[in-house]
Amino acid sequence: MKESIIYFDNSATTKPYDEILHTFIEVNKHYYANPASIHSFGVEVNELLNAARTQIAGILQTEPKNVLFTSGGTESNNFAIFGVAKENTHIGKHIITSEIEHASVLEAMKSLEREGYEIDYLSVNHDGVISIEELRQKIRKDTVLVSIMHVNNEVGSIQPIEEAAQTIHQHSRAIFHVDAVQSFGKLPVHFHGETSPDIVSISGHKIHGLKGTGVVAFKRKLRVAPFIVGGGQEFGLRSGTVAVPQAVSLAKAIRIAEENQQQNYAKFKKWHDELIDFLNTYQEHIHVLSTKNGAPHILSFSVRDLKGEVIINALQNRNVFVSTSSACSSKQKKTSHVVEALEVESAFKNGVIRISFGAKNTNEEIQAFKNIFAEMMKELKGVNK
Amino acid sequence: MIWKEILIRYGELTTKGRNRKDFIHRLKMNIKYIFSDIAPLTIRAERDRMYIQLDNEHQYEVLMEKLPEVFGIQSFSPVAICDSNMDSIKALSLQVMDQYKDKEITFKVEVHRADKTFPLKSHDIQNEVGAHVLRHFENISVNVKQPDVELRIEIRKDATYVMAQIVYGAGGMPVGSNGKSLLMLSGGIDSPVAGYLLMKRGVRFDAIHFFSPPYTSEQSLQKVKDLANELTKFGCSIRLHVIPFTELQVLIKDTVPENLLMTTTRRMMLKIADRVREEIGALGIITGESLGQVASQTLESLTAINDVTTTPILRPLISFDKLDIINIAEKIGTYETSIRPYEDCCTVFTPASPKTRPQIRRVSYFESFQDFDEYIERAVKNREIYAFPEKKVKEEKFKDLL
Repeated sequence: MKESIIYFDNSATTKPYDEILHTFIEVNKHYYANPASIHSFGVEVNELLNAARTQIAGILQTEPKNVLFTSGGTESNNFAIFGVAKENTHIGKHIITSEIEHASVLEAMKSLEREGYEIDYLSVNHDGVISIEELRQKIRKDTVLVSIMHVNNEVGSIQPIEEAAQTIHQHSRAIFHVDAVQSFGKLPVHFHGETSPDIVSISGHKIHGLKGTGVVAFKRKLRVAPFIVGGGQEFGLRSGTVAVPQAVSLAKAIRIAEENQQQNYAKFKKWHDELIDFLNTYQEHIHVLSTKNGAPHILSFSVRDLKGEVIINALQNRNVFVSTSSACSSKQKKTSHVVEALEVESAFKNGVIRISFGAKNTNEEIQAFKNIFAEMMKELKGVNK
Repeated sequence: MIWKEILIRYGELTTKGRNRKDFIHRLKMNIKYIFSDIAPLTIRAERDRMYIQLDNEHQYEVLMEKLPEVFGIQSFSPVAICDSNMDSIKALSLQVMDQYKDKEITFKVEVHRADKTFPLKSHDIQNEVGAHVLRHFENISVNVKQPDVELRIEIRKDATYVMAQIVYGAGGMPVGSNGKSLLMLSGGIDSPVAGYLLMKRGVRFDAIHFFSPPYTSEQSLQKVKDLANELTKFGCSIRLHVIPFTELQVLIKDTVPENLLMTTTRRMMLKIADRVREEIGALGIITGESLGQVASQTLESLTAINDVTTTPILRPLISFDKLDIINIAEKIGTYETSIRPYEDCCTVFTPASPKTRPQIRRVSYFESFQDFDEYIERAVKNREIYAFPEKKVKEEKFKDLL
């Protein structure tokens, strides 16, 4: 790809930092032994793996033994949901989630539904936020799991995780899982205090780490069913030789993301507000789905009677890369479940575009984007502001 | 943050007469040592209580988390301070009780009026503060006989001290207040637990380990080092004496019949431990033996092994079931390390059927064919000594990668 592109699809994936690629290569070169081997080389690699685990545990404020390496967000979500559901049938088979979750949560729920679990889906308001009151009403004695995403991947709405945690823990024994794939590095995510979740999922490639890396982390020792069985690696919960280079590079990505979190938040927030104001000047032609209260790095909007695909094409001809709602579901034709849940007016339904910022974006790119977008609107819609 | 200090109530040491001063001093030093990473701590030790001044929230969090592990503390409470007037006292009482706002609890107000010039009498203060709290929290009610929470107000000349929460400590006595011993640390589950339990009774110790390369690996030695390091978190430094044992172990194998191998090996270990104990000026030897757990721990075996010394052998686990020992090991965090799968010196030359009832007469007879003293001397002399807690070198090593 050319150097001069403007990459605004960071919620789909990000460009890895050079220092993370460096770590990946160095570990592969010098620490390739199996961490489960008992010879001193294996022991040394195991020490490195433990150091990576300890670093992540420290950032999330839990014990190293509560951090499990996975292949990414989808696996982490699957693991948390199946692991908790299957190990707690003696308490019940009732699960609560929201209707705007990522597919890796919703599909896992559907699969459990087929196995006889009862799933309740929380609705969201027009801003894409759940209601604590509804959550409170849906909690039952036999609720074993509540899974709510921190930041929605399509519109960027932020869910009230602290209030949810409080409500869940006060009224039930249910375990609270939070999909923090989109929020880690942008908002604070940790296990500190009583209003924190019990399990979080984090993915490496959304924070300038490598694809195929992720963790599922627990606040304390929990009863969960093993996800992959075999040689008993990762405390017997996820077998398979641990990918140490991936794990170490993830620890580094998580450290860098955490160190830059506040700074990035401020930067993204400024751009986010600026672009919302800019798009709103198009008045009836553009509907902005994201709100200024939402996550600062995700901005969804749609242009009246224009298909998303058309906008993507028009923008990519000008070297700007954005996506239609979420990358995972963007190849499907039907309207996204999130857009449906938000009850967007039909003229705006089919053209939802998502801009998502990353740490590598610059202020110049934001200004350039405004010009390019105005040009495009003139060409496609004949609209001058 | 409203908390200004933490009040510590002493454990058993309140009952100890003349040594009290030493004990309190020891506890103070131990706390300073354990919390050196949040130093400097200002600690005021009084006859009945100790106060740690809180300078920031981080200190508060670390102390609340780790104080329950420190021996010699019966319980502790975070304390808030305000001026000695009723308005401030009432306002602060609400802030202190705020932590219970979501729970159904009963409480009572306990007033200690050290400053007798304070205009209101204790009873009136109780009434007024109690009513004020009740008005603000719906879920809190009064029970003066058995309250869940005691809101304690101490009015002194300089200020008023308010506290409610009581956190239970680990009990026991400050490490170091009950002399020094030598712990036989094999790398298994039991011996770290034995060390922990005696540490709780105020004993500090060095550890001794028998190392038989190449029959046992560097990793098994590392495991023992890690265990020693883990035990230091309860408040003292530990030196580990590593005895080169291969030569002697092979010699024993060539001298005595197979079914007495284990008994003689243990006797030699104890002899060596006793020599080291003497050198370091320790008084007793601690082991993780539990009656009947394995062949070497039957009463007959213990007698035959113990025969080589008159030094007191402390066996805190003697009546414990294995599961109880495992529970403690998990609680103190040594279990995961102990179960790492490496051979230790006890498992390498284990005979198929060791004698569970060895006779001292027979053991001595076979041992008499060989002079072991010279070998014992050499093993003691060539031992290596490591000091814990270890500085964190490993993390530095991987720093570039992480």
